[in-house]
Amino acid sequence: MNGLDPRIADALARLPDYLGSHVIVSLTALALGLAISLPLAIAATRNTRLRWPLLAFSSLVQTIPGLALLALFYPLLLGLSMLTERTFGTGFSALGFLPSVLALTLYSMLPVLRNTVTGITGIDPAVNEAALGVGMTRRQALWMVELPLALPVIMAGIRTSAVWVIGTATLSTPVGQTSLGNYIFAGLQTQNWVFVLFGCVAAAGLALVVDQLLALMESGVDRGKRARVTLGGVGLLLVVGAALAPSFARPPATYAIGAKTFTEQYLLASLMEQRLNAAGLTASRREALGSMIVFNALAAGDIDVYVDYSGTIWANQMGRTDAPGREKVLEEVRRWLKEKHDVEMLGTLGFENAYALGMARKRAEALGVRSIGDLTPLAPRLTMVGDLEFFSRPEWAAIRTAYGLAFANQRLLAPDYMYQAAANGEVDVISAYTSEGRVTQYDILLLEDPKQAIPPYDAILLLSPKRANDQALRNALAPLIGRIDVGLMREAGLRVGDAANRQSIESVARWMWDQIEARKQR
Amino acid sequence: MAQAPVAIAFDAVSKRYGDARASALDRVSLDVAGREFLAVVGPSGSGKTTLLRLVNRLADPSEGTVRFEGRDVRALDAIELRRRIGYVFQGVGLFPHLTVAENVGITPKLLGWERKRIAARVDELLSLIRLAPADYRNRLPAELSGGERQRVGIARAIAANPPVVLMDEPFGALDPLTRDALAQEYRRLHDQLGLTSILITHDMTEALLLADRIAVMHEGRVIEIDTPHAMMTDAKHAYVHELMQTPRRRAERLGALMAGRK
Repeated sequence: MNGLDPRIADALARLPDYLGSHVIVSLTALALGLAISLPLAIAATRNTRLRWPLLAFSSLVQTIPGLALLALFYPLLLGLSMLTERTFGTGFSALGFLPSVLALTLYSMLPVLRNTVTGITGIDPAVNEAALGVGMTRRQALWMVELPLALPVIMAGIRTSAVWVIGTATLSTPVGQTSLGNYIFAGLQTQNWVFVLFGCVAAAGLALVVDQLLALMESGVDRGKRARVTLGGVGLLLVVGAALAPSFARPPATYAIGAKTFTEQYLLASLMEQRLNAAGLTASRREALGSMIVFNALAAGDIDVYVDYSGTIWANQMGRTDAPGREKVLEEVRRWLKEKHDVEMLGTLGFENAYALGMARKRAEALGVRSIGDLTPLAPRLTMVGDLEFFSRPEWAAIRTAYGLAFANQRLLAPDYMYQAAANGEVDVISAYTSEGRVTQYDILLLEDPKQAIPPYDAILLLSPKRANDQALRNALAPLIGRIDVGLMREAGLRVGDAANRQSIESVARWMWDQIEARKQR
Repeated sequence: MAQAPVAIAFDAVSKRYGDARASALDRVSLDVAGREFLAVVGPSGSGKTTLLRLVNRLADPSEGTVRFEGRDVRALDAIELRRRIGYVFQGVGLFPHLTVAENVGITPKLLGWERKRIAARVDELLSLIRLAPADYRNRLPAELSGGERQRVGIARAIAANPPVVLMDEPFGALDPLTRDALAQEYRRLHDQLGLTSILITHDMTEALLLADRIAVMHEGRVIEIDTPHAMMTDAKHAYVHELMQTPRRRAERLGALMAGRK
């Protein structure tokens, strides 16, 4: 099988896990959604005063972007979990399954509600009158006349809802639920288009299968053919069974490793997983988590370990705007984490992934720019792009105030595309990451920051409160402390993005470990 | 007929819908004897359908009392009551997703009859309305002609042996030939089964030819009630007199034609 693209082999190896989780989360949400929507819709056909607010609410839910809806449920559940922990002594995991299922449940409701209401209210009034006239009770009229007659319309709603939910479930990856979205998010970050395509095709395929099984059941009910209903039902059960099988076959992992949404984080998570496995510990990865979600998840113990950056904690969590120097920041971050969240900082990895303003070297030289200060008079004629969160981060406020920057144009761009955009001259200034391999690849000049407006960003390994004294975990991760320099990190990032070599995250992570080992022996 | 016990009695019944000033029914008093065939005639909006709906409690009166076999219908369970009264709906109202047999057998099924008994009853009724059971049993309403559908509607109404059948313009949408044939057939069933029937129609000729008595309604009131013969020869109300003009003129014209041909 040497002809198989290693990235396809990699994608296939993950399929049972990703597809299984995807099926479980989307079908649970769909079942829950139906259990809520159908009775509500029936109540709404009986009570016109209920109908309008119900449909308006579900329409409103639909206008919220899926990603935002999912992200909103996380803090909500986290708060709820803390409340139950305080009152009943037991909390629950607010990460992953629960927020995904609840958000998707809400998302599934509109088509079912609308179609059920439309289907039932659309029945010829003469038929309803006849149902009562021949002596049916309201309940009998519902089951014997209204539901059978409205069934095609209701089923159309259920099928629409199923396709929506299965598609939207790919967005549950950033709240910590493994899904087919893991392919898409990881693929977008690491420019692995095979992964992106694989995730899309798998989700579409699943949606198609479920839709057709539902269609089969519908035609069976419609024509009174029990065999078709049974066949469709058995088909759905098989899908669920196949989805559950891998999670039964595999013992649950002991440790959960978190990762944010960029290549470096995927690499480090994979590297940590390999170290834990090498030490005989089982681990699973929760990837593509939002910046705030990953920290909260660690503090709540939903994940056990991840890599953050001192400046991020300093500015975002602690709300500090001063810059007392690298060591001092590290020291204060360590103390704050322990005191405020009982989070253990195991140590620094040895490199910084700082924000820096970057420009294509040629462009910078032509304009005579070497430091951020040189930009001040030029900015009104220049365009700057930042990553999706940069302009709303406190660091940007600090830089802007310190240097009095006012760009002609500010735009947002996915971090992976910024470097090339600068090299092509499409934009002038970018919010670069210092450990990013593309800095070297595209010859980006990182501007000096003489006023130290940007805080230091040492990569730091954080452990959840319950793992602070876990000696096995500490020992497994100890060999990484202080052993990854910025050169290694940049090189690793480049290897992932290198289309010609097509290396998976795992193989580059193994390469990183080989490098670490080789250097130790030298 | 006059000695038969009263099957349905309306006692000063009024019905207003919502806060409308005008009443759909205005102090209607009327007795229908057991085994009687009463036709109710009147223009659209005169309250005919409302009158019928009060009997099986698809609506309740605003004032006054409706009695079924001597008991106030509001003291009876509406569901039980409806299962004891056949109803043929305006525009038929067959259930489009159920077969002919399922439509006809619906009330017996609701009453909890055994499957076999229902099947036997359905075949019996289909024969009674002259639809071959083997041929029609498993058809859907969409596969029937208008006349066939109307027959099935009648069979459904009498399936559970109700003493009373209410019919709301049952022959309205049919061609004249089918209409006449079906009307005659129903009258035969009425006599054969000993039913009490109330038939709504706005065709005075039909009412005259079918009914034992005719009630004429106008703006929510029963303005005259009498036998066809009395109404034909001695209408008291001016409006009723006017209503009689058409059938009388037709009868005279037809009589002249018949005589002329002889």
